[in-house]
Amino acid sequence: MSAYRQGEFHAFEGGGQNYLYLVPSAAIFALEDLSSAVLDLLQGRELTRDQIIGDLIARGYALANIEETLEELHQAHAIAFGEGFVEPRLEAPQQPFPLQTVVMNVTNQCNLSCSYCYEYGEDRIATPEGKTKFMSEETARSTADFLLNQSPGRRAVHLTFFGGETLLNFKVVKSTIEYARAKAAEMGKYIDFSMTTNATMLTSEIISFLAENNVGVTVSIDGPKEANDKFRVFHNGKGSYDVIAPKIKELVKVHRSRPIGARVTLTAQVVDVKKIFRHLTEEMGFDEVGFAPVTTSPVRLYAIGNNGLDHVLDQFTELAEEYLTYALENKHHGFSNVNDTLQELHQGVSKAYPCGAGLGLLGVAPSGDIGLCHRFVDSPAGKLGHIDTGIDRAVQAEHLNRAHINTKYDCHTCWARPVCSGGCYHEAYVRYGDTSHANLHYCDWIRGWTDVCLRIYGEIAARNPKYLERFDERKAI
Amino acid sequence: MKHLKAINRKARRVEEFIASEFGDVHALQQGPPPQRPHFPLGCSLVFSPGWETDSAGGTAGLCQPVERDLYDCYITCFWPAQVPDHFNNYPDWTSKCASATKDWRNIDLVFP
Repeated sequence: MSAYRQGEFHAFEGGGQNYLYLVPSAAIFALEDLSSAVLDLLQGRELTRDQIIGDLIARGYALANIEETLEELHQAHAIAFGEGFVEPRLEAPQQPFPLQTVVMNVTNQCNLSCSYCYEYGEDRIATPEGKTKFMSEETARSTADFLLNQSPGRRAVHLTFFGGETLLNFKVVKSTIEYARAKAAEMGKYIDFSMTTNATMLTSEIISFLAENNVGVTVSIDGPKEANDKFRVFHNGKGSYDVIAPKIKELVKVHRSRPIGARVTLTAQVVDVKKIFRHLTEEMGFDEVGFAPVTTSPVRLYAIGNNGLDHVLDQFTELAEEYLTYALENKHHGFSNVNDTLQELHQGVSKAYPCGAGLGLLGVAPSGDIGLCHRFVDSPAGKLGHIDTGIDRAVQAEHLNRAHINTKYDCHTCWARPVCSGGCYHEAYVRYGDTSHANLHYCDWIRGWTDVCLRIYGEIAARNPKYLERFDERKAI
Repeated sequence: MKHLKAINRKARRVEEFIASEFGDVHALQQGPPPQRPHFPLGCSLVFSPGWETDSAGGTAGLCQPVERDLYDCYITCFWPAQVPDHFNNYPDWTSKCASATKDWRNIDLVFP
């Protein structure tokens, strides 16, 4: 006889309320007594309809309600019956996909020598030898044209300036912004700009330009002096903190048109998340701080091992709980890792690909070579064409076929796959030599972090649901 | 849904999908009908107004001609009347009846 069993989901609790995160739909439903009771009954076993009804009637539930609950849970795929469901495979998007973002590496040169740098460190994949080190104005204009022309149907597109150290080629940044803005206006589009910098070369003039032109700025910085200067050093080994601190303070004071973000790289030696967050928000004045564990082969001294990641997760959790207390009072909290994940959970994204690289986002090298993203520019891996000849559609199609979640069998039993989809291509390439390999070394981390954010989400949904309305609009424009 | 509450946007879309997939037939004894296209499921699958009499007791002002009733018996099994089987044995039964209000007399008996 056919029996009912649990469907695929991750159950969690927040604010005294039980929830389901359904997989692969990524829908979040709140349970009431009876639906919770049905799922509890099916914990680790299968039961027939009569067995479920018999048990629940004995506990005082009305037959009509039990039948209704079974029907609803089954319709939502929270419970399965007989053969179960054939979940539709996530479709690959239609090609050509309109571009949304181009990350322009205006130079591959840098005035710092951060030991962990993916561009110059021990795990670098770029081979820029013989190619131009600074993007010319002509290539930059072609890149802006490329973005505007290859984004049919999009009202707004985004251009990010990146490096190396972006400000080593500020001249091109400045002229490209002026050019791209005029060109976008001609085409009836809106173009938005942002850049990442190590802040060493910020001047009052540059800061004024960025503020006046509404350029979003992210600063790479690893925290207070002792943390930052462990790896973020000049070529002579001298730490960069004393140089950048006053410049950053001026930046956050003058540039108020966009939130200024800090981007922290966590290593085995720099893992004090809360202390770093405090310093960067309260002392430096950043509006948002995002953290990412260093991308590296596991043998490096700065690689964070499994125990280290557990420690990071503990600290992320503490900081996420602080975010929660702020959210319950409708106050801003700058821990952007939580904010970004809540956004995805609220939308219920179920990703066919871990990110938009090679699809709606491309990286462009100083030479004009197109890469999957900024981390792949000037690298044979992930090369997708050249700005003058366009995207190599055959190479792109092969990437999209191989990187699709349907081909990542390791992920098919993981409840966190709607948000992760196998993880960063660059991380996978550095670890496994294959961009489409699932990042199996951080599965526990992803599941742990997603669970923390689900609980935070659940508590906000139970206690201050209006707060979640800010995530109604999708970030992408 | 009464026992599951949609929380995120995707759950709301799932809920809408379920309503459209499973909620288009509505038993009349379930209470007020839902505010969306649906089949009222009572004694018949189809509601075909106007086949008896109009408000004045006549048949002239009906929104459909009375002869339409014959088709409802024939095509949609609206009423369990004895009409020929048009799928297999008598597909041409109404071929001489282009307009039911004018040509209904052309529809003849059949002799199996």
